[in-house]
Amino acid sequence: MPRKDDWGLVHRVVLRPEERTANIPEETKKVPFEMWVKGRLKSDADLGQEVTVVTRTGREVRGTLLEVNPTYTHSFGDFVPEILTIGDTVRQMLFGGSADAS
Amino acid sequence: MLPDSYQAVLSRKAEIMKAAVGMDFAQFESGSIAFDYEGMLAATGYSLQDVIEIQKGFSVGNTPLLELRNLTELARKLAPPGKGARIFIKDEAANPSGSFKVRRAATSVYHARKQGYPGVVTATSGNYGAAVASCCAMAGLRCIVIQECFDSRRTGQPEIIEKARKCEALGAEVVQLSVGPELFYTFLRTLEETGYFNASLYTAYGILGIETLGYEIAMQFRERLGRDPDAVVCTNAGGGNLTGTARGLIKAGCQAQVIAASVNLKGLHMASDTSFNRKSFTTGHTGFGMPFSTWPDRSDVPRSAARPLRYMDRYVTVNQGEVFYMTEVLASLEGLEKGPAGNTSLAAAFALAQEMDRDQCLVVQETEYTGAGKHLNAQLSFARRNGIEVRFGDPEEEVPGQSIILPEHPRQIRAREVDLDHMRRSLIRNALASVDHPPTEADLEFLAQETRTDKKFVMEAL
Repeated sequence: MPRKDDWGLVHRVVLRPEERTANIPEETKKVPFEMWVKGRLKSDADLGQEVTVVTRTGREVRGTLLEVNPTYTHSFGDFVPEILTIGDTVRQMLFGGSADAS
Repeated sequence: MLPDSYQAVLSRKAEIMKAAVGMDFAQFESGSIAFDYEGMLAATGYSLQDVIEIQKGFSVGNTPLLELRNLTELARKLAPPGKGARIFIKDEAANPSGSFKVRRAATSVYHARKQGYPGVVTATSGNYGAAVASCCAMAGLRCIVIQECFDSRRTGQPEIIEKARKCEALGAEVVQLSVGPELFYTFLRTLEETGYFNASLYTAYGILGIETLGYEIAMQFRERLGRDPDAVVCTNAGGGNLTGTARGLIKAGCQAQVIAASVNLKGLHMASDTSFNRKSFTTGHTGFGMPFSTWPDRSDVPRSAARPLRYMDRYVTVNQGEVFYMTEVLASLEGLEKGPAGNTSLAAAFALAQEMDRDQCLVVQETEYTGAGKHLNAQLSFARRNGIEVRFGDPEEEVPGQSIILPEHPRQIRAREVDLDHMRRSLIRNALASVDHPPTEADLEFLAQETRTDKKFVMEAL
């Protein structure tokens, strides 16, 4: 069970669809306006439970506990072969002679 | 406790801003369309020299000016005889936070500390968050960055996720939000709750911070080449980059043409939950560039100090595929691996150089850092996974949100002219719609300055 002082990610709905502003596209109006914030748990709590966290600036934010020790998994993505081709093309154009090397 | 409903918080906007910027915007108002723009900038009390000193204190600025010799050579191969200006780039990625945005942040954070604010809040999904976080780290201030980050499936652009990571790495608290303009509501509530300074991108402090970029370009050019550049290309979104750079050039007495460049994202609605992850550029695009140029006061302060139509000589657009292409060319031919968004002006410059004479010089005024998420491979891969067609072809066939067309040949890279007079007339009409009476004499004068035209042009546009 996640314990008090563990680092966690909480989620909350800031505005329900009916509370959202008028000037937005239909697809946005249909969904709630949501927020995700990280902080230390103020108390023991299970994932999915309501909990208060204390953020890095010392603010208290209440929300549903989604993750403990959240990390980043973004990357350089899947290989994109076109990028190699671009590099080869312009190198050949400049250092291999012809401007029509493509 | 004050009521926290959407309407209640927005109705307190003026007082929240006054407390959070420490500036009473009412003192600059005429009561009509006109306001005292120069007075607002002067009211900060910081001269260009002061700003240079402040930035030195944060180890910001004095970035290298690099000549792109191979890129120039490639442009000359494609240009008509006698054409092909020398292309230079200001390596702003060399700044502490990895982009020019830290110039804006330094003045704001310095001012916040001087005024005794315990922390700083900023609303941005861009490089500005890391810039503010970096300066706050140096100044010992607390920092909250509010990001528009996820769509309703909790899928986020890899570029924005990386920016969140960097902000956290520099000690900031990051508040991540789903798509929508209600970000402003969360922003106001956070300012009210914390009593922190609003390090808006659009205050006078932010814009004065960029003036040093234009000033440095002129000074570095004179020192190195004994002359001024002929044109400076600025990526344009909210308008601050262009405004500050142009003002800095003017302060240096430099007459270089100031050319705005944006990625064309025509047809994509910026507040759309479903379009959010169908664009591969989170800034530097027409979705910000057009509306902010023609109505600067849509920003998060009552009066924006970023007013690009006052300074723009030309405005061109490039396509997403062209910018990705040039990002790879910069790596392959110049040995410089930089983030794609900062290369918007580079793609435009590559085309523009081919119109200019060989003895002329053109400056791309920024680069930005790159890394996981914020890399052309990450961006193109993400686009492909989201159903965007990525292929080689004619860039003219690109449809934002549906395809990214990488040029088959670099000669297909084009800078497409935007009709500036049309934008100027839009600004005039938007300004007129903001009041319920005919424009005053002062308004006409003001609108002529806003659009860099004359009273005759303003009268005709009315």
